[in-house]
Amino acid sequence: MLDALPPGLILVLGAFALPLLPQTMRPALLLGLPLAAMAQIWSFETGYILNTAFLDYTLNPIKIDALGRLFATIFALMAFVGSIYAMNQKRIMELVAANVYAGSAIGVALAGDLMSVFIFWEIMAIASTVVIWSANTDKAYAASMRYVLVHLFGGVVLMAGIVWHVTETGSLEFQAMAADGPARWLILAGFLINAGAPPLSAWLPDAYPEASFSGTVFLSAFTTKTAVYVLLRGFPGEEILIVVGIYMIFYGIIYALLENDIRRILAYSIVNQVGFMVTGIGIGTEMALNGAAAHAFTHIIYKALLLMSAGSVIYMTNKRKCTDLGGLFRTMPLTMVCGIIGALAISSFPLTSGFISKSMISQAAADGNMMTVWMFLAAASAGVFLHAGIKFPWFVFFQKDSGLRPTDPPGNMRIAMVLMATLCIGLGVWPDPLYAILPYPVDYVPYTADHVLKMVQLLLFSGLAFFLLLPMMKRTLTITLDVDWFYRRVGVAMARALARIISSAMKQIEATVNTGLSSALRLVFHFNGPNSALARTALVGSMVQWVIVLLGVYLALFLISSD
Amino acid sequence: MREAAKSPKNDHWLVRPATIRLLWRGGITVLVLTVLGDLLLVPHPYFGIDGSFAFYAWYGFLTCAAMVVGAKALGLLLNRKDTYYAEDGDDA
Repeated sequence: MLDALPPGLILVLGAFALPLLPQTMRPALLLGLPLAAMAQIWSFETGYILNTAFLDYTLNPIKIDALGRLFATIFALMAFVGSIYAMNQKRIMELVAANVYAGSAIGVALAGDLMSVFIFWEIMAIASTVVIWSANTDKAYAASMRYVLVHLFGGVVLMAGIVWHVTETGSLEFQAMAADGPARWLILAGFLINAGAPPLSAWLPDAYPEASFSGTVFLSAFTTKTAVYVLLRGFPGEEILIVVGIYMIFYGIIYALLENDIRRILAYSIVNQVGFMVTGIGIGTEMALNGAAAHAFTHIIYKALLLMSAGSVIYMTNKRKCTDLGGLFRTMPLTMVCGIIGALAISSFPLTSGFISKSMISQAAADGNMMTVWMFLAAASAGVFLHAGIKFPWFVFFQKDSGLRPTDPPGNMRIAMVLMATLCIGLGVWPDPLYAILPYPVDYVPYTADHVLKMVQLLLFSGLAFFLLLPMMKRTLTITLDVDWFYRRVGVAMARALARIISSAMKQIEATVNTGLSSALRLVFHFNGPNSALARTALVGSMVQWVIVLLGVYLALFLISSD
Repeated sequence: MREAAKSPKNDHWLVRPATIRLLWRGGITVLVLTVLGDLLLVPHPYFGIDGSFAFYAWYGFLTCAAMVVGAKALGLLLNRKDTYYAEDGDDA
């Protein structure tokens, strides 16, 4: 039985042992769990490992193939390095939740049927909400409530789709589908909500930056990338995804350009990067799907690195806005170097991991003769350098002298950053190990003189645009309204208006009832009150007199009627 | 140190005006070199337009400028003070 223990469950169940252990033992468990999960993932042959009966159906909680294993691997790796970074996180609840979260993401990646996908999907929603809560601020609590509502809604949509799909096809198996009917539309919509797709993208930049310094690092990795995974498996080549992906790419760039909160810049850039992957899935060729999968892998690493760098700055300075930061290169050299490596990787600079993954998606668009898509992707590559590649390091570490002189963060956080930075460069220089575990055979050479020169040109001139237009990029104390305005402002206003209408209606009803009741009472009082006719005392003599009168009338009536 | 930092000569070498001038010059040289690099390589355009001279340079520059201007325009419409939601007791 232990041979077929789902790797995700090692993290999900193991996490609950964390609070029971003495402080000194916790690091061992934190590092041991992801390693054990990783070992378990790679101990399986491909195929169905575990089947269990559920009602009339068979569930396959572990099905191993290249795609699932790729995602499970990066999730376990992320849990490992994330745990190193979070080792000095005092809130044990966050660490438990983060491990449950990572474990359930692995669960989704290895699930062979839609029911198992759904179960792990919902555990992820709850665990990630607890990660946000753990920041223990009012803002985080409010954001986590908005976050969980969106995800529970997404879960309901997904569940409805799965039930409908199973009723139609009689099969729970999770395999490639086409969006050819309401059942599949619902499943696709449920997946896309977690990917940060429009119109509900705002949950991501709203909630992620409110988590703790380490919480955001975990959050950046799992939810959107499991969504990419299920789209890769469930809807490869679904053309609508190209449009959705390109929208996400530019939404991320534009909103990040306007943003002042350093982690919210990076949150918008998650939507942007997932947009590249979604576009690749929409293109749907082997090259594109490989590109999307590889990009998800490299993205988890460099986005975690960027958020570790941002988290270190917030941990050391307690400040999170571009307008309050700047000039930190003087005293946080390691955080700066790691942040810049992450920024170069996200921008797909040659010799970094982004270069060897994202290029495959553009290449697939070119191979498929999709000129418009290709032009958008090229512009977007320049835009990534603009909104994340330069903007993040520039405003945090250079820009102006904020007067802040924080040191680099504690050792465990530095180790985690160096590990991720090494992976960013390592995969960029030597992509073969990653290419070897992609879902399809790789027939792609990223490093040609032509390709390198083109990318360098594109990025450097994007950089030139940044510095020439710097006056227009000056940060202000603003936020940018998004679709969440409808539920944070319009929805709240409508709820309040409704409450006012109902309460005034209630008041009126109450008043009417009160008037009716009191006039009825007055009537009763009129006849039965202490001074009313029925309650008055009378003399026995007059009573007898009235009885005689009544009897007399009765006698008279009797005599008249008996004639 | 913090007080002294205000005088340009004593501040970190990286932020001295002389260094920044040097960085601009170096940067522009690199930009020119990458464009000249186009002359050395045989272009392999996928479509046609991407085979034009220094395509990636002008396309990258122009699209970035467009995105910055576009974002700025959208900001005029959608930007609010960052206490916007907090005023509502919503606390964000």
